[in-house]
Amino acid sequence: MTTVRAWSERSSSLRRGALTLIIAAALYDALARSGYFPQALTPTLGAIASTLFASLADGTMLLHAAATLYRVLIGFGFAVAIGLPLGVLMGRFRPVENFVLPLMSALMPIPSLAWVPVFILWFGLGNTVSVLIVFYAALFPMLLNTWSGVRAVNPIWLRAASAMGANEHALFWKVIIPGASPFIIAGLRQSFLRSWIAVIGAEMLAGSDWGLGWVIFDAKEFLDADVMLASLIVIGLIGFATERLVFGSIERATIYRWGMARSAQV
Amino acid sequence: MHDVVENFAAAGVRDSHPFWRAWRNIYPFIVVGALWEAIAHLGIFPIQFFPPLESIAAAFARLCASGVLPHHAFDTLIRLTAGFALAACVGIAAGVLMGRSRRAEDILLPLVSIGAPIPGLAYAPLFLLWFGPGNISTVALVAFVSAFPVIYNSWTGVKAVKEIWLRSAQAMGADDRRLFRHVVLPGALPYIVTGLRLGLAQAWRILVAVEMLAAVPWGLGWLIFGAQEFLNTDVMLAGIAVIALIGLGLEKLVFQPLENFTVVRWGMMT
Repeated sequence: MTTVRAWSERSSSLRRGALTLIIAAALYDALARSGYFPQALTPTLGAIASTLFASLADGTMLLHAAATLYRVLIGFGFAVAIGLPLGVLMGRFRPVENFVLPLMSALMPIPSLAWVPVFILWFGLGNTVSVLIVFYAALFPMLLNTWSGVRAVNPIWLRAASAMGANEHALFWKVIIPGASPFIIAGLRQSFLRSWIAVIGAEMLAGSDWGLGWVIFDAKEFLDADVMLASLIVIGLIGFATERLVFGSIERATIYRWGMARSAQV
Repeated sequence: MHDVVENFAAAGVRDSHPFWRAWRNIYPFIVVGALWEAIAHLGIFPIQFFPPLESIAAAFARLCASGVLPHHAFDTLIRLTAGFALAACVGIAAGVLMGRSRRAEDILLPLVSIGAPIPGLAYAPLFLLWFGPGNISTVALVAFVSAFPVIYNSWTGVKAVKEIWLRSAQAMGADDRRLFRHVVLPGALPYIVTGLRLGLAQAWRILVAVEMLAAVPWGLGWLIFGAQEFLNTDVMLAGIAVIALIGLGLEKLVFQPLENFTVVRWGMMT
C-alpha cells in the first residue's frame, strides 16, 4: 500500500519535473525566436539540436569528447596511482603524515587552473599541460579522503584482527582497505568531478586542437552559440553518466555490498 | 600494533610542546624549498623559467611596494565577494523554498540537477558572449557556479529537519514565522554552512580561471596569465603564492570562525 503510494508520488514528481523542463525549454525557444536577442547569441533549440546531431554524425564531437576523456583518464589515473598509496602511507605512518600534511594544506587552496600559465611556460602548449592540471586537481581529494579513511578505521578492528593472528599483509587487505573504502570511493568520486572541471578549463587556456573545452572556447571567436550549447550538453551528459553509472555501480559493488554504508544515503 | 600505540604516545608528548608543533609544520617546507633552490641554481632549467626562491620573493616585494599586487588582490576579492554574496542570497532563498514547498521543489529541482553537473567553466564562453568581457560576466559566472552547492545543501538541510521537531513546535503553538526562525533555520544550518563553504571554495577556483579568460584589467588570475607573455615566471609564482594565502585565509579566517560561532555553539555539530 505504502509502496504504491510512494511510487505514484514519485511518478507524479517525475511528471511535474518533466513538465517544468518542457516549459523552461518552450520559454527559451520563444525568447530565441522573438528576435529580441541576436540569433547568433541565443540560437533556437532546433538549431542547437541540428548542430549537435551534425557534429555527432560526422564524428567531430566524438573525437573532441575522446580527446577530453583521454586527458582526464590519464591525469586522473596518475592522481589515483599516487594519491591512494600516499594517503594510505600517511594514515599508517606518522612521519609521512607529518611531512605531507603541511605541504598539502599549503597547496590545496591554490586552484589548479592558476597553474596553467606556469605549466604552459614549462611544458609548452598541448596535452602535457592539460594532463598535469587534471592530475593536480584530482590529487588532493584523493589524498585527503584516503588519509581520513585509513585513520577512521576503528582501532578495535585492528586490535581484534591482530589478536586473531592477522599479519601485516592480511591486516591491510582484509581490514584497512575495506574499512577505508567508503572514504576512498568518495575520494575517487570527488577527484573525478574535480578532474572533469579542470580539464575543461585547461583546454580553454592551453588550447590544443581537440577537446570539448577547446571547442566551446573556439566557438566564442565565431559567435557560434549553437556549437557552444551543443558541447555544453555533451559535457553535461558525460559528467552525469560517469557520476551515476560508473561511480554508482562501483559503490553498489563494494561498500553497500560490504555493508559499510546504507544505500538510503545516496 | 604495539609500535603504533607507542608511536602515538611519543607523538603525544612532542605535540604538547609548541616548538615541536611549529617545527613539524615548517620542516617539510624547508626540505622542499632547499630542493627547489638546488634545482634552480644547478641550472638544469633556464633560470627564467625556474627562478630561485629569492627572485620570487624579490618579485613579490617589488609588486607589493609598487601597489600592483595589492590592487590585483583587491579586485579579485571584490569580485569574489560580489559573486559569492549573490550566490549565497539567491542560493539559500531558493534552497529553503525548495525544502519548504513542494511546488517550488518540483519547479526548481529539475533545473538545478541539469545545471549542476556541467563544470562551471564550460559556461564561461557563453557568459562572455552574452554579457561581454569584463566584470559583469565574471561576477555573474562566479555567482551562477557557486549557487549550486548552496542551493543543494540548503534544500537537503531543510528536508533533514526532523518531522517531530516541526510537529512538537506546532503543537506548542508556534506560528509559521517562529517555526521557521526557531526550528527550520537552526536545524538546517549545519547543511547551509557546509553549502556556503563548498560554494565559496568553488567560487574561488572558478574566479581565478575566469579572470584569465575574461580579459579583466586587474585581478590575480590576469596577473598570472599576463606574466606568461613576458616569461615572468617569478611574477607568476609570486601571484600563485598570494592566491594560496588568500585561499588559506578564507578557510581559516572566514569559515572556521563562522562555524564555531553558529553551528558548534548551538550544539548542532561538534
